[in-house]
Amino acid sequence: MDTIQDLGRYGWQHAGINPGGAMDKVSAQVANILVGNETTEAVIELHFPASAFFFEQPSLIAITGADFSATLNGEEIPGMRPVLVSKYSILQFHKAINGARAYLAVHGGLGTEPWLNSSSTHLKAEAGGYKGRILQKDDEIAFRKDVDLCPLLEKKEFEILPWKADNDWGNNHRGEIWALPGHEWNWLSDPSRQKFFEESFLITNHSDRMGYHLKGEPLCATIKEEMVSSAVSFGTVQLLPDGQLIVLMADHQTTGGYPRLAHVISVHHSRLGQMKPGDQFCFRFTDQLTAEELYIKQQQHLLQLQNACKFKLEQLLDG
Amino acid sequence: MPGSPRHSIFPISDSALTIDFGNIIDESINQQVLYLFRQLQQNPIAGMIEAVPAYSSLTIYYDLFQLRKSIPAGTTVYDWISARLQEKLEQPSIINNEETRLITIPVCYEPEFAPDIEALSRQKDIAVEEVIRIHSSGEYRVYMLGFLPGFCYLGEVDERIVVSRKPQPQPVAAGSVGIAGRQTGIYPMASPGGWQIIGRTPLKLFDAQKEQPALLMAGDRIQFTSITKNEFASY
Repeated sequence: MDTIQDLGRYGWQHAGINPGGAMDKVSAQVANILVGNETTEAVIELHFPASAFFFEQPSLIAITGADFSATLNGEEIPGMRPVLVSKYSILQFHKAINGARAYLAVHGGLGTEPWLNSSSTHLKAEAGGYKGRILQKDDEIAFRKDVDLCPLLEKKEFEILPWKADNDWGNNHRGEIWALPGHEWNWLSDPSRQKFFEESFLITNHSDRMGYHLKGEPLCATIKEEMVSSAVSFGTVQLLPDGQLIVLMADHQTTGGYPRLAHVISVHHSRLGQMKPGDQFCFRFTDQLTAEELYIKQQQHLLQLQNACKFKLEQLLDG
Repeated sequence: MPGSPRHSIFPISDSALTIDFGNIIDESINQQVLYLFRQLQQNPIAGMIEAVPAYSSLTIYYDLFQLRKSIPAGTTVYDWISARLQEKLEQPSIINNEETRLITIPVCYEPEFAPDIEALSRQKDIAVEEVIRIHSSGEYRVYMLGFLPGFCYLGEVDERIVVSRKPQPQPVAAGSVGIAGRQTGIYPMASPGGWQIIGRTPLKLFDAQKEQPALLMAGDRIQFTSITKNEFASY
């Protein structure tokens, strides 16, 4: 399932239109940064088995996020690097090595028609992205800008440019997801609260861009009040009536009415977005201050990377 | 009204918070929510991304990075924005003159569009015609939108035709009108759903191509009017 995504569609949740956007927003931003785009530019989010792409014109691309063993015309290319691609090249993905979602960015951006100020594909509304749907064989995606990259390529089929991004934020404590306590956290019984931290939770097959259904020891609430619906967020961990948990992901509904046990902090959304059915993780609580500081640090890191990449790309294009 | 009714503020993410007026379906509380929502639409707090009204709560999403740069050190962004909202909530609110639209929604209640009306009629021991008369004689308030793009939660359904939702969601056609507890609502698009379906409207509740894609908005007043299959077809 491959779709066009950006950082999400905000301002319309009051009309029931959820933000959507990339599941791993850090990787989506890094892909854009590597090729000199603004971080808000649309990218292609790939799930394995992923589409193959035929380039009808030369391009500068970057692949980030999951490692799906990418090749250009049969030759392996690394992720997290900008790659110049000649006309008539074929990009393919062969094997899911790690992660759940890869992101493909092209220099200058994709020629999508934004819907409500975003290029994210909204499958239910059948709008945004590429005709509001999943990419299919023979789709032709335009580039937004024509950039003459031929002189740079000379006669080579492709060239890996000499700058890269690291992929290690979020990789420490890989099996750990940090969260803030939710408003109904205290509804859990004491033993269930203990289990919440001690158990590891398995991401089940019943998991997609809307949310991950987790499997663990069932948790039990001592308070069982009916809740009227209210807004929910990416990363909200809800307790379902059967005692299992669901973590809401990018395509979550705008509102919900299940008890909110926890909220995964923003910097760990990408880590979650790179997990897939069969993966396990543990929850750990942190506090608001830490969550905010980590997020600011991540954003500053992205800004530094963006400045460095812009500088190098300008040098290359001018030289 | 001096200030707002009792409320609590709590985070629902590290970059969103909810102002909760009491976990209840109540018209005056919903008016309060929408009043605050409109105020924030007109005069957003710096760094606010968007506000989302629900039955008895308003959720504010905000930009952590932007706010961190502009607020004093030594406080979390959450504490800072909570304090700003607290100030807003303490200002007197004027909600008596809530401007609302009255919108009539045509519904065909005939069996082919109403897979669950028969069972509802049996369960409540009321003739199908009477179920239709009761449902289409009420005036409903759009309390909130959610679940699907353009899906509206309307209240409140007459006690006599209240039924609980289905245990398992089933495929529901676009335009289907359903009941779940004291709520009634319309599915803007085909979707799995658990509400008991008693009719279908030919109106398009959601149109992505329109400037305002959702036909209805929170605060609207709704009347249903019964139409025949022929009228449905010629819409």
